[in-house]
Amino acid sequence: MSGAENLPVWAAILVAVFLVAGALLTFVGALGLVRFRTFYERIHLPTLGTSFGTLFILVASSLFFSVLEQRFVIHEILIGCFVIVTTPVTLILIARAALYRDRSEGTTGIPRFERDDGDEDGGTANR
Amino acid sequence: MSGAIVDWAVLIAQILLIAAMACCAYRLIRGPRAQDRVVALDALYVSGMLLLVAFGVRTGSQIYFEAALVIALLGFVSTAALAKFIMRGEVIE
Repeated sequence: MSGAENLPVWAAILVAVFLVAGALLTFVGALGLVRFRTFYERIHLPTLGTSFGTLFILVASSLFFSVLEQRFVIHEILIGCFVIVTTPVTLILIARAALYRDRSEGTTGIPRFERDDGDEDGGTANR
Repeated sequence: MSGAIVDWAVLIAQILLIAAMACCAYRLIRGPRAQDRVVALDALYVSGMLLLVAFGVRTGSQIYFEAALVIALLGFVSTAALAKFIMRGEVIE
């Protein structure tokens, strides 16, 4: 261990709580990925790890290095911003692709193609 | 004292994240359809990235942060490309 002994106890406890909370959230999300039945239920689960799981672990890391080196270490914000901004984009892309495949195969139990309401470009735009 | 606290927390976090990666890998292998596998891959790389950050706290060095950043950047691009591939059957049209 390099340097964790020099950490004050309050900082160590905070770092520990944030680390375990973030890892627990990520694990719960991944467990749901195994346990849920349909694809449209499963697609919700990774967001648990990519929103608050990532946030907590990055806060823990930032706090650890900030207290240890007596200066602000906030470059973890880069990862945080990037992951939190890009996850919805990727999940929307995957969900639309899956919906498109299911519709073109005529699977039952999924929403129909939406009607064109002028400004809305719902399901019809990716045909 | 505080070294032990951080040690144990990092150990627990690493075990949990490895279990999360195992769950994602199960879905990646089992997944009935291609879109399940893509979602599982997405969750897998996020868990791996968090594991690298936790490892950085364990060793007390900042090198692992850069690896995590690269994984986050490339993971987004790869998932977007895979989603495009699922939708169209090709990545660059």
